[in-house]
Amino acid sequence: MKQTHLYDQHVKLGAKMSEYAGYQMPIEYRGISIEHEAVRQRAGVFDVSHMGEIRVLGNDAAVFLNDVFTNDIYLMTPHQILYGMLCYPHGGIVDDLLVYQKGENDYLLVVNAANKEKDYAWLVERSTSCSVQIIDESDQYDEIALQGPEAQNILEKTLGISLKKLGFYHFEEQIYQGAPILISRTGYTGEDGFEIYLGEDSCKALWKQLVEEMNVEPCGLGARDTLRFEAALPLYGHELSDSITPLEAGLGFAVKMYKDFIGRDALLEQKENGIPRKIVGIELLDRGIPRQGYRVLIEGKEIGALTTGYMIPTTKKPLGLALVQSEYAKTGQMVSIEIRGKLVSAIIRDKKFYEKKYQR
Amino acid sequence: MHKVLENLRYSKSHEWANLKDGTISVGISDYASHHIGDVVFVDLPEVGRHFNQGEVFGAVESVKAAADLYSPVSGTVMAVNEVLLDTPEALNEDAYANWIMVLKPDNLTELDILLSPKAYQDHCAKEQE
Repeated sequence: MKQTHLYDQHVKLGAKMSEYAGYQMPIEYRGISIEHEAVRQRAGVFDVSHMGEIRVLGNDAAVFLNDVFTNDIYLMTPHQILYGMLCYPHGGIVDDLLVYQKGENDYLLVVNAANKEKDYAWLVERSTSCSVQIIDESDQYDEIALQGPEAQNILEKTLGISLKKLGFYHFEEQIYQGAPILISRTGYTGEDGFEIYLGEDSCKALWKQLVEEMNVEPCGLGARDTLRFEAALPLYGHELSDSITPLEAGLGFAVKMYKDFIGRDALLEQKENGIPRKIVGIELLDRGIPRQGYRVLIEGKEIGALTTGYMIPTTKKPLGLALVQSEYAKTGQMVSIEIRGKLVSAIIRDKKFYEKKYQR
Repeated sequence: MHKVLENLRYSKSHEWANLKDGTISVGISDYASHHIGDVVFVDLPEVGRHFNQGEVFGAVESVKAAADLYSPVSGTVMAVNEVLLDTPEALNEDAYANWIMVLKPDNLTELDILLSPKAYQDHCAKEQE
């Protein structure tokens, strides 16, 4: 199993470690609740070096990417970032990802750790007739996420730079202790914050500075998941999969039907004939915690299943996201959730469990 | 280091059973409570329900996951510890002082299948390897 370059730091901090996407990753340090709260109130720092980075460059880079990506590559300018998906011809999702435009016909794709080999192979297979180079650069990049309302202040102090002008979904290149780093105003928590891509030595140094000098709470994958869930941000393998389309997942904003891309025909058909299922919010009305896989029923008839569920650490509310048949995807619809053979009553609601605090 | 009490019997799935005056109180071991992490919810069974030995009767849940609870013996639920509904963290503080349910056992000989404190200690050591 692989380790990130911060492995020794995690062990030293007493993290509970577990396998995720082939890496030994920290799940929690002081506790998921404390870490969740720290990100909402001040700031938290995450080792997300397991994420995949794939470089796409060459004369046809933009043309090629636009043909596999659901969003419109031509809406971007250099130093901008765009969210979207790679889809199969049938409309299911290969992966969701961020595309960073580094320069003209030069892009960096940041993909889910568990999908990086699959994504790389998918891109290479489709690029045979194009003049592009596709390079898996995952081993060159470590990644640290700094998230929370104080993230900007803390990073400015740590690096001695101003980040006031760095806009949401934009990035800039900086020098940190003599080495180039890439700072982007993005994240996966619903808070303002940054994702920083850097080499091994810079990563170790920045982590130490943030945790030891700036007293930022180290946060594990446990809190990363409760935070992204509370902000209703989807996770591949839960709200997204090869059998769920972006439209079913409610990601239509990142799908541009006016251009061509792999999967467009299938999505267009869904749009015209009705989207069969939708991801909705669920709130339990009785005691219990909804979890992935639990069945959603109306009068004994199965209408869908939970994709993620938690008792939110800060509010203690038992909330879930579920993929249900569209005809029942209405706010206020009463349903039952089957938990260990017992039916617990619940209500379908909007996904706005938490008001996102992005700096736009 | 986790605690194992001498006067209890244990299941491989980390429940303890305590026979007293013909009834059996059931809880989770100190080892299990550490393993689960901060307990945020305990799913209690209904009083009057019958469970077979090894059947799921409830769950102990952390923020991250639910751990099913398995009945250490067959029997009918006589009482559940409702204190755990409001203070589930009591299981982290003292797993042996906080029982989860009391069973009227069908057959006391089923206790013989359970692990002695020594055997349970060995079982946990093996799991930790």
